[in-house]
Amino acid sequence: MSEGGHHPAPLSPVERRVAALEALLTERGLVPAGFIEEITRRYESEIGPLNGAKVVARAWVDPGYKERLLTDGTAAIAELGFGGPEGDHMVVVENTPAVHNVIVCTLCSCYPWPVLGLPPSWYKDPPYRARMVREPRSLLAEMGCPLPGDVEIRVWDSSAEVRYLVLPQRPPGTGGMTEAELAGLVTRDSMIGVARL
Amino acid sequence: MQGFGAVAHSPAESAFPDRWQATARALMEVVAGAVEASGGEFRHSIERMDPGHYLTSSYYEHWLTGAATLAVEHGLVTHAELEARAGGRFPLSGPALAPPVADAGPDAGEPRFGVGDRVRVRDWHPPGHTRCPGYVRGKAGTVVRVDGTHSVPDIEAHGTARRYEPTYSVRFDAAGLWHDGQRGVTVHVDLWDSYLEPA
Repeated sequence: MSEGGHHPAPLSPVERRVAALEALLTERGLVPAGFIEEITRRYESEIGPLNGAKVVARAWVDPGYKERLLTDGTAAIAELGFGGPEGDHMVVVENTPAVHNVIVCTLCSCYPWPVLGLPPSWYKDPPYRARMVREPRSLLAEMGCPLPGDVEIRVWDSSAEVRYLVLPQRPPGTGGMTEAELAGLVTRDSMIGVARL
Repeated sequence: MQGFGAVAHSPAESAFPDRWQATARALMEVVAGAVEASGGEFRHSIERMDPGHYLTSSYYEHWLTGAATLAVEHGLVTHAELEARAGGRFPLSGPALAPPVADAGPDAGEPRFGVGDRVRVRDWHPPGHTRCPGYVRGKAGTVVRVDGTHSVPDIEAHGTARRYEPTYSVRFDAAGLWHDGQRGVTVHVDLWDSYLEPA
């Protein structure tokens, strides 16, 4: 009906269902004005792996902070202003030349939102959830993170209330970099443990 | 747990590729807040989805289905209203898989186990919600960390009763979990006190 070729795409079945639930809950006064926009903004721009990268970079440059981070992750992460749902009980596990850590949630998709944001799709899908406990050494290699056979792999299944963050090893040759520059090196995948830096 | 294919790894992605996904997430927060759903009740609302629907639908369709199911079960909306408004079928999750717990029993305040203790995961099959992964049931491991006390999901998913117990991080050698467990691998699983017995 519209002119100029601006036909809106018809709603898919799932979009129609979302719209139906939204309309009914809104009519009952249960959806505060702006709530959906607020949720979108929070998860798209406020939380994400940049927060975790700041935690990691601070630990690399400040031995006292690193010690606090490994002793009480929740409190040390709160020092940088990060916390909230799915981050109330944080445990940080440290990679070393001999030990590599990786996190998974085999039951659903538990993930440390305040420091890493929302989990990527592959983290939530059955192949990752099943194979990271069943055959982590081969899966890590397949994902571009091959490890020498003498490196111990510690898998952490977030099956209760604790959420994990991997503290990656500081890359060699970064001695002259500032904390902010170091944070720029830290990837989401390195803090999940499916990549090394 | 076996036979799954490749992991569709991507280095980065936006939180909500489609607008409806953000709305579905927000609506679950609205419903869970309105009905005071526990984490266990939220997760169980998704676990009760028809398996065929679950496996063929995306992550936020799971959230939508769980949110709508809780909204209907708690009387916020009716299933007929949802289908009328959607102009078609609106599949909901099936009924709860266990009855509400009337008496949750006393809290277990003091940890029964300490770091270094050997424990075995009870080999049982609770009918309703649980956070005890199937792959460690019956397996022995070593406590590596004692955490605080937390509400037992098996109870909070099925009504208003609550019981609080310590949780532990338990280390399992891969060789003890799988017949072909990979060398130099340990798997750590966080478990509530009542999931465990001395080994």
